[in-house]
This record gives sequence, structure tokens and C-alpha cells, in this order.
Amino acid sequence: MIEVSQLTKRYGGTMAVRDLSFTVRPGHVTGFLGPNGAGKTTTLRMLLGLVEPTSGTATVSGHSFRRHPRGLHHVGALLDAGDVHGGRTARAHLQALARSNRIPARRVEEVLIEVGLAGAAARRRIGGYSLGMKQRLGIATALLGDPPVLLFDEPLNGLDPEGVLWVRGLFRKLAAEGRTVFVSSHLMSEMENTADELIVIGRGELIAAESLTAFAERGTRPAVTVRTPDAGALADALSAEGAAVAPYDEETLKVTGLSSDRIGEIAFEHRFLLRELATQTASLEAAFMELTADSVEYLAGEPR
Amino acid sequence: MTTALALPAARFTDLLAAEWIKLRSLRSTYWALGSSALGIIFFNANAARADYTNYPHYNGVVRAHFTSWALRDAFTQGAALILVLAAASIGAITIVGEYSTGLIRTTFAAVPDRRALTTAKMLVVTAVMTVYGAVIAGASFIATQAILDGRGQGLSIGHPGALRVVAASALLAPVSALVGMGLAALIRHSATTMVLSVFLLLLLPSFVTERYHWTACVRNALPFNAWARLVNIEYGHEPYTLVSRYPTTVAGGWVVFAVWASVAAVVAVVAVDRRDV
Repeated sequence: MIEVSQLTKRYGGTMAVRDLSFTVRPGHVTGFLGPNGAGKTTTLRMLLGLVEPTSGTATVSGHSFRRHPRGLHHVGALLDAGDVHGGRTARAHLQALARSNRIPARRVEEVLIEVGLAGAAARRRIGGYSLGMKQRLGIATALLGDPPVLLFDEPLNGLDPEGVLWVRGLFRKLAAEGRTVFVSSHLMSEMENTADELIVIGRGELIAAESLTAFAERGTRPAVTVRTPDAGALADALSAEGAAVAPYDEETLKVTGLSSDRIGEIAFEHRFLLRELATQTASLEAAFMELTADSVEYLAGEPR
Repeated sequence: MTTALALPAARFTDLLAAEWIKLRSLRSTYWALGSSALGIIFFNANAARADYTNYPHYNGVVRAHFTSWALRDAFTQGAALILVLAAASIGAITIVGEYSTGLIRTTFAAVPDRRALTTAKMLVVTAVMTVYGAVIAGASFIATQAILDGRGQGLSIGHPGALRVVAASALLAPVSALVGMGLAALIRHSATTMVLSVFLLLLLPSFVTERYHWTACVRNALPFNAWARLVNIEYGHEPYTLVSRYPTTVAGGWVVFAVWASVAAVVAVVAVDRRDV
């Protein structure tokens, strides 16, 4: 369980995080979404006691993380895959971390196998690793202490498609074991197949905290695209049934308020020829873009 | 949830072991320690070789006071400069290396108790640098005196003052390393840390005059000058040397070593504990 309450962090004149409150529950993969510069990383760093909040609290399992003498058994974290020393081998890196937390050396071998870095890769120096391999090492670090709470900051960056599938499966497995899994991303599409719950922030403020499905429904309502040579007549027939119809071009209509089944029936009854009938499900991406539009820090084409 | 691992109590010795793993798992550690040690020992041996060669030309006064020459060859000023530079850099890099790579965040996520962590790191580095200093000072003493034995002028470690020369030179390594670590914790930037370490430890000692009382106090309080005092066996009695207007004592030299080491340690622990990463 992660509890963030009225968390605020100010850097000089910039508010990185502003009065942020949310709860992340165990047993789910919770996505932490926001555009670049929204304050995700700062929030995660405050959770880990790396950055001191200006005000407010961030606790894990009811405790401020910095109060723990050792951390790996309480929270496993991958903040940045680059937070390693390139001169060490993956094994030495993990051995030092494990030893500091009194974790037996065999656990290092277990996590190396789990993330696919066992064997020759573990004996190589991290400096020669690809970003994907570093992500795997970071995940191994997070798993080392078998913690009940796991934090991942943009863990899918640099992973190949097979790696992405593996990470998603791993997150679900960890959540199914009853752990709290909190994963940040600036890409909605990454969360679509990963998270069940979402915390969305923009410019350091909370935008939404709800399930993925509830969030999707906030976006544009489902619309049906209909293409027919008799667009004008069909539009009248659909409007008569209570639909909102917007002509798209000469042959195409965008219909909201009626299901594609019902539209098909109406067209059949009136003997209209249909050339296309397609439902556009509310996309998470669209919902995300809509909600965060006012809070995007660096908008393309906007004078800075 | 499958908590296979029982929660063990946190022990300080585990932090020491972890820091030891970190130090020995970097190839650069061996290179830095090995090459600087060889260089320093060679530097001292070369000074002894020069005296060995020139010995037939030395006059009676020099020969009468040759003990102090032999002890000066045992650890020369030039070798001490290299030792300070190497030890301060190696000390600084153990801290700056974590900050500049970002490793510090991974480390703090594993060990939120930053004070214990920094203390463990300093203890490990101090122990390693003390052994390093002792090996260099010991080997230099043996090598130089063996060379001077060729003129019948080599000294044994039992000779009055010989042990002090070796001990002061050996301890110059951990003191410099701790100062490097303290500055690194404050500055957290490689190049700036190095420039300031060199300035404080190596340049400042020769900039400050002993002409006035207060400047002499500053001068005498610097670790390099403390070392110079400690290894100067005939302090105030040598021929051809001016007597200082504000002389210092051997005890004062040891105190300067101790104060610099402790202040640097406290600064590092406090600075690391307080700041965001």
C-alpha cells in the first residue's frame, strides 16, 4: 500500500509536485501516467526518501521509507536503469546490494536467472550493456529483497517486444501474489495492456485516480462510422431514432448515441446500402490526451 | 504473497562487507592503487640512488648528519606529493563515482540509513588506504635503506625517528583520502572536487608564509606541513636550514592529522545525509 498525502515539492520557483494525494492498493498493477515533466519521477523519489518533500507525506505500508535502516525488503525500485556504475559486473553490483541488506548470495543468482541475465551476461561489465539489459538488471535489483511493494519508473524503455511481453507478465504475476505494483509511464499505450488501475498527473497535480476502464470512458464517447451513398436520408432516419449525427464527408457519417447493431437494423428497414459500419471504441490514448491537454509541459509548436 | 526471505536484522558489518565488495569489484581501484604505489616507491628509491651515487662527493658536515638525509630519502617530499594526490583522488572517486553515475539513488533505495552507509564507506576506504600507505611507506623504507647500505649508511627501523617517518607517511594516505571524500560529499562533481582537493592539500601549503603568527598558524595546521614536520627528524637542529620563527611540535603534527580526518568524516556524513539526490 502506497499513500501519498498533500505531497508538494518546490524547486526554487517551480512546483514539481503540487498538493498530490492518492493511494495505490496491493494486488493490482497501478499505472502512474503523465506527460513529460508532470512530476512522476519526483513523486517516486519522494516515496523512496531520496528527495525530501517541501510539505505533505509519502508513505509505504504506513511508514516513511527513510525510517527503515535497510530498504530492499520493504520496497523494490527501478528508478532509472542508468543508476549503476558501468565499471562493475551485473553480479558484483547485485552482490553488493544484496550484502548491504543481508540477503544471501544465492538470491542474486535467482534474480539473475529470473530476468534472463544469468551466465556470461552477469560476468560482463554493466558499461557494455544495452538499455534493455540495464532495464533487466534494474528489475533484478527491485526483486532482490522479495518486497511487498515495487516501484518502476518507465521500465519498458529500451526493451524489445519480447522483453515488453515478459515485463507485463511479470508485473501481473507480482500483483497476483498480492504485491503493490506501481509503474510509471508517459505513454498511455504502454499502460493499456499492463495496468488495471491508473493514477494520472499533469503539471504536478492529480488528474485522475481510477480503474483503467473508468478512465477510458472519460474520453470521447464511442462513435460509429457509417458510409453509404444515401448519407443525407440515412442521417434523417438515425436522427429520428435519437442519434447525434455528424456528416464527415459526402458519404460518411459519424454517429453517436446508437450502437452499430441498431444502425444496421435501421439501414436494413429503410433499405439503405451500407458500404462501411465500424465502431470506434473510446481509446485510452484519446482520453489521456484530452485530459492532459491543459497540463502538457512541453507542447510542440508552442513558444517556450 | 510469497515472502520466502525472512526479514533479518540490519547489521553494520553487512554495510562494511558491501562497501568492500564495491571497492574490490572495480578494476580502476587496482590500477589506481597499484600504479601510484609503484610510482611512489620508485620515486623514493631513485632519491636514495642519487645520494648513493653522490656520496663520495659529500663533505664531512653532510656525512656527519647523514642519518637525516637517509630518513629524508626514506620518504621524499616529491613522493608525498604523489601520495596525497593519489589518495585524495581515490577517496574522492569512491563518493563522486556514486553521485556522477546515479548509483547513489540505487544505493540509498537499498540502504535508506545514509549515515550508517557513509560511515561504512569511510571506514572501508580508511582501512584500505592505511594498508596502502603502510605498504608504500614500508617498502620505500626498506628499498631506500638497502640502497644506502651500499655506503654503509642504511638505517634500521629501530633507529630513532625512523618509525615516525614511516608511520607519518603511511597515515598521510588515509588522511588525504578522507579529505578527498569530505570534499566529494560537499561538491559531488568530479572535476571541481579534484581541483579543490589539490588546492587545499598540495598548493595551499606552499602559498602560506610562516612570516606572521597567524599565517604560520594556518600553515602549521595544513596536513602536508604536518607531515613535513613529523618526518623532519632533526627539526631545528640541522645545518644549512633556517629555524622557523613559529616552530611546531611532533604532537601538533599528529593532532593536525587527526583533526583533518575527523572533520572530513563528519562533513561527509552530514552532507550526504542532508541532501536530495
